[in-house]
Amino acid sequence: MIQMSGITKAFSGNVVLDNVQFELANGEIHALMGENGAGKSTMMKILSGIYSKDAGEIKVDGQAVQFKTPKDAEKLGIIVIHQELNMLPDLTVAQNLFLGKELTYGKTGILKNRQMEKEASELLSKLGLDINPRTRTGDLSVGKQQIIEIAKAIASDAKYIVMDEPTAALTDREIETLFKTIHELKAKGISFVYISHRMEEIFAICDRITILRDGQYVGVRNIPETNFDEIVAMMVGRELGERFPERNCAIGDTKLEVRNLAVNGLFQDISFKVRKGEVLGVAGLMGAGRTEVAQTIFGYRKANKGEIFIDGQKVSVKSPIDAMKHGIGFVTEDRKTEGLVLDFSIKDNIALANLEKCSSSGIVKPEKENVMVAKYIEDLKIRTSGPNQSAKSLSGGNQQKVVIAKWLGTEPEILILDEPTRGVDIGAKKEIYQIINQLAQAGVAILMISSELPEVIGMADRVIVMQEGNLTGEVNKDNMTQEVIMQYATGGEKVVQL
Amino acid sequence: MSNYKSKELVSKLGPLFGLILLIIIVSILNPSFLSIANIFNVLRQVSISAIIAFGMTFVILTGGIDLSVGSTLALTGAIAASLLSSGMDPFLTMGIALIIGLILGTINGVIITKGKVAPFIATLATMTIYRGLTLVYTDGRPISDLGDHYSFQLFGKGYFLGFPVPVVTMVIAFIVLYFILQKTTFGRRVYAVGGNEEAAKLSGINADRVKIAVYAITGLLASLAALILTSRLNSAQPTAGESYELDAIAAVVLGGTSLNGGKGWIFGTLIGALIIGVLNNGMNLIGVSSFWQQVVKGIVILIAVLMDRKKTA
Repeated sequence: MIQMSGITKAFSGNVVLDNVQFELANGEIHALMGENGAGKSTMMKILSGIYSKDAGEIKVDGQAVQFKTPKDAEKLGIIVIHQELNMLPDLTVAQNLFLGKELTYGKTGILKNRQMEKEASELLSKLGLDINPRTRTGDLSVGKQQIIEIAKAIASDAKYIVMDEPTAALTDREIETLFKTIHELKAKGISFVYISHRMEEIFAICDRITILRDGQYVGVRNIPETNFDEIVAMMVGRELGERFPERNCAIGDTKLEVRNLAVNGLFQDISFKVRKGEVLGVAGLMGAGRTEVAQTIFGYRKANKGEIFIDGQKVSVKSPIDAMKHGIGFVTEDRKTEGLVLDFSIKDNIALANLEKCSSSGIVKPEKENVMVAKYIEDLKIRTSGPNQSAKSLSGGNQQKVVIAKWLGTEPEILILDEPTRGVDIGAKKEIYQIINQLAQAGVAILMISSELPEVIGMADRVIVMQEGNLTGEVNKDNMTQEVIMQYATGGEKVVQL
Repeated sequence: MSNYKSKELVSKLGPLFGLILLIIIVSILNPSFLSIANIFNVLRQVSISAIIAFGMTFVILTGGIDLSVGSTLALTGAIAASLLSSGMDPFLTMGIALIIGLILGTINGVIITKGKVAPFIATLATMTIYRGLTLVYTDGRPISDLGDHYSFQLFGKGYFLGFPVPVVTMVIAFIVLYFILQKTTFGRRVYAVGGNEEAAKLSGINADRVKIAVYAITGLLASLAALILTSRLNSAQPTAGESYELDAIAAVVLGGTSLNGGKGWIFGTLIGALIIGVLNNGMNLIGVSSFWQQVVKGIVILIAVLMDRKKTA
């Protein structure tokens, strides 16, 4: 049992945690929620010994403890599984599991490979995972790697496991396996701190939920005695109103039509239409080929087959430059690797897709940049100290707004949004939905890829569903339910509800 | 915010403070360092390495590296020298040499982008190829009979408004390149490609074209340096420019540009080249043996990089 009380932490005078408390009982799954910047990560870094606290007390099983390094926390069985997995892709599963604590013949440094492999496969089968310990880790799905991380934690006698957004990159089936594993371990008395933005998951799996806001402790609730609305209100400190704002817009003629698009080995025979002012949702499991379709429409991948029509005219899109000439914008899935130059300022990032507009004869005109950037910082409510702040230092939601601003600057007529609200807190989510609505109202044809079904259902006028590279269904507003979409996404089999 | 900015400026100007400190130390140890003749001498030497390092800055900003600059210098220098000795017009000769440098650089860029070869490997190969071609072309012998071309000699040895022409060339090159990097869309694309190539491509930037251009620019600048060197020595050596690539990389790194790309500026490179030049000259004046000079140079580079690490950590 862990008790943290009165935890206070400041970075160069900036108080990020102010008298915060948190309790983790044995065999409990405890969610830690709050908007980005609420202090969740700092709290967990203090618990795991990465940061030292300025004030407050941590008790493990009633004993006050002081953690100077992560090793100290590990000795008491506190292990953090980070969002970015710490797996070395070129090592085998067994090598990863025993990384840093290899079994050797005495102090010779000679490895007991066979024994490690044997122990690894025992551990994995205990977790219900049928994996050869000699498999190259990078060949496994992200979901399996996640479970191997848990196995690694267990191998080092973890009693308290902190998981930071563990399901962000998992398919629904992998999430199921993960939850099963967590439940089994819980029955054995292992406790979990579960950090996630996904409310559905938290209600499905957690026992209690602690909410932080702006570095302050707001409260703790037992899951059965609370509901979405109460939690959201506690997180944002105000009534947020409708989760998905209303949109009222006239849907016009077909803007973009894709016919029989195919890329060998990734997807085939994809055909659909998006109309002006329409939001077309694209649902499916991770790895269904949705992002690849978007990349192909945007000219970032070469199509082996198929045609693209814009305003009824056949067009040839061979590169992102061509796509942009045809008025297509693409808010990419991963803002850190595809969306932003992290070392660039907000201004330079927004200008990146708009260099022609912000220059004359190849010379950048700072006045033009400033006007454009100031407009979008205001329109999209980007919270920043100024246009020269580096993109790296922004919160996830604000980074996402910068990526969106970059594309709004190109004044697209067709906008592809790939997971537009992933890792974004609830307040910023709603603001992004409002931006999408405004664009649709202005007649932009919108293609929105999303793995969050409530978001797809809340935002889309129509949904197409992909499964393993095929288009398996189209769903209209009237019969849009999670069950129907999931059936198409999984190939018709019955889906276990979370 | 202003605090953040001034902090950033201080860290950017770190190399400049280092240079000033170095000049003060050298001047105290040997006041003749500050004589006009010696300063011009230092600047003349620096001009060649600085011009090469300017090109290297572009390449490194995109996250690449160019090991072939020294060989490019040797090959274009040899071609210029032989054209001159065969009686070709000096201006035409210089034009041809520059175009060949541009082509050699473009070849690097094409191999790296279209052939998808890592810059280190690609330019390691062309470094050897260009050097080999120089030896084949010169038959391994220096070309020294360049004839009496006043305008060509001016390029390496003359004065313009009281300043050595190579120094003037370096300053003009600096101003033009600084402008390109900081004020043009091309410059912005160079930083973007180095900062995050994926994001740059997805923002409609033709990253391959940017990369080919930076290697082409580097080849062009290496051949410009070759012309200055050939004019100064009044001959072309087949072994000219050996290990110049290392001095150029050192100047870029001393100037605070990140080898990972995306971060840095060309003013730092100018300072870096000056630090190396002053160090070489200063140690000669003080009478440090040439063997120890190498040790000292290496240590200075290490200290500079370690201090940079500290700052960013």
